[in-house]
Amino acid sequence: MEWFDLTVVTGSLPEFWRGLWMTLHLTAIALVVGFGFAVPLSIARLSKNPWVSAPVRAYTYFFRGTPMLVQLLLIYYGVGQSEWMQGMWEAGNPFWLLFRDAYFCALLAFTLNTCAYQLEMFAGAIRNTPHGEVEAATAMGMTRSTALRRIILPSALRRALPPLSNEVILMLQGSAIASAVTLVDLTGAARNVYSRHYAPFEAFIFAGLLYLAVTFVLVGLFRVAENRWLAHLQPRRSASAQKD
Amino acid sequence: MTHKASKELLRVENLHKQYGDNEVLKGVSLTANAGDVISIIGSSGSGKSTWLRCINFLEQPTSGRIIVAGEEVKLLPGKKDELKVADPKQLQRIRTRLSMVFQHFNLWAHMTVLENIIEAPIHVLGLPKREAMERAERYLERVGVWEFRDTYPAHMSGGQQQRVAIARALAMEPEALLFDEPTSALDPELVGDVLKVMRSIAEEGRTMLVVTHEMGFAREVANHVIFVHQGRVEEEGNPQEVLSKPNSERLQQFLSGNLK
Repeated sequence: MEWFDLTVVTGSLPEFWRGLWMTLHLTAIALVVGFGFAVPLSIARLSKNPWVSAPVRAYTYFFRGTPMLVQLLLIYYGVGQSEWMQGMWEAGNPFWLLFRDAYFCALLAFTLNTCAYQLEMFAGAIRNTPHGEVEAATAMGMTRSTALRRIILPSALRRALPPLSNEVILMLQGSAIASAVTLVDLTGAARNVYSRHYAPFEAFIFAGLLYLAVTFVLVGLFRVAENRWLAHLQPRRSASAQKD
Repeated sequence: MTHKASKELLRVENLHKQYGDNEVLKGVSLTANAGDVISIIGSSGSGKSTWLRCINFLEQPTSGRIIVAGEEVKLLPGKKDELKVADPKQLQRIRTRLSMVFQHFNLWAHMTVLENIIEAPIHVLGLPKREAMERAERYLERVGVWEFRDTYPAHMSGGQQQRVAIARALAMEPEALLFDEPTSALDPELVGDVLKVMRSIAEEGRTMLVVTHEMGFAREVANHVIFVHQGRVEEEGNPQEVLSKPNSERLQQFLSGNLK
C-alpha cells in the first residue's frame, strides 16, 4: 500500500494511546460531573418559582446556543484577560490558577456544555412523565419529594437513556476541540503525527478508527443499559403474559 | 343505609367545586359507614368523578367538609376560591387511608407488578420490605394475577393491569377504597374479571365508593346508590328500589339510556 505507510502508525502508537487516554478521561469526567449537576438542575429548571428556573434557563440558553469551541476559547483565553484574574494569579491563589491550566479549562467547558444538554434532556423526560403515574403517587400519600425520588426521576432518567447515548457520543467526538488549547488528545496526537511525517492518511485514518472503536463500545454499553432499564417499554420478550 | 352496628368511616358535607364560572359540584354530601358499598352514577359531565377526586384532594373543592374516620381534613381558604389543605402531613396520612383505583390504572410503568405493590407500603407507610412482600403476594393472589408479579404493566392486558391496581390499593390496607370508573377503559370482554374482583372484595366487608357506569354492579353489589345530575344529588337510596322505581325524571331518562 503505497498511500498508507503502516510504520508511521506503528512507530507512533504510544503517542496515539496517550492521546486516546486524554480524550477518554476528559470526556468521561465531563460527562459524569455534568450528569451529577444536570439531575438537580433539571428539577430546578421545571420549578414554578421563576427565581429558580430562570437562571437555569439562561444558562442552558447560552451553552446550547453557542459552539463548544467558542466556550472553550472564552474560558481559556478570555478569562485570563481580566485584570482581576491576573491579580489573583499574581497573588498565587490556587483556585484561580486553575484557569491557566488548559486541561482544567477544557474540562470546565465540556462539563458546562454537556450539563446544559443533559439537564434539558432530563427536564423534557420529567415533563413527559405520564400525569396519571404522578397522580397515583399523590393519591397513595407520597410527598412531592418522595414521588420525585421514587417515581418521577427513576422513570424520567430511564426514558432519557436513548437521547443520553447520543449526547455521550457527541461529547466524545466534540472533545476533539481540546486540541485547540494545546492539549494533546487523540486528534491532537494525530495532528502531531501528521506534521512530523507529513502522512495525513495514516495519522487521521488511524485516529478515526480509534474514535469509531470507542463509539462502537459505547453504543454496545447503551444497548445493554436499555435492555436492562427500558425493558418496560419494549415489546414483551416471553409469552408469560397472555391476554386474559 | 341500614347496615350492622356501623361505624362512620367517611363523611362528605356540602361539597362545592367550581372551575371559573362553571360550578361542577353544587353541594353534595354522603356518609359511608364501615362495609358500605356506595355507587355513584350519572352521565358524563355530571360531576361524579370530580366529587370522588375532591375526597382525596386530587382536586381542591371550593367549599365543604370532609371527615375521614372521625378526623376532619383541615382546610384554609386558598387562591382562586379554592380551599387549601392546612396541614399537608394530615392530608398525606388521610390519603393512605383512602386508596384510589383509577380509570386508566396509572400503574408505575417502570416497575414490575410486585414493585408497584410494595412501593407505597414501604416508602409511605414505612413497612419493612419483607412484610410488604408478604402483603403483595397475598393481594396479588387475591385478585388473581400472582403469576404476573415480575411482569411490567405494559406487557399485560388492561384487565390484568386494573386488577394489579386494585391489589396496589388493597396493599395499603385502607379504611375505604375509591374507584374512579374502574372498568370504563377496558375492552368489554375484560370488564367481567375486574367486576368479579370488585364484587369479591366488597363481600369481604370493605368500604367502597365506586363511580361507575356498570348498572349491574350498582344494583347487585352496592348497598347504596347515588345518582348525580348537573352537580347535585338528584336521587339516592337502596339500589334495588332506586334503580327499579326511579322517582326523578332525570334518573328515568338516564336508566332508559343505560340499562342493558
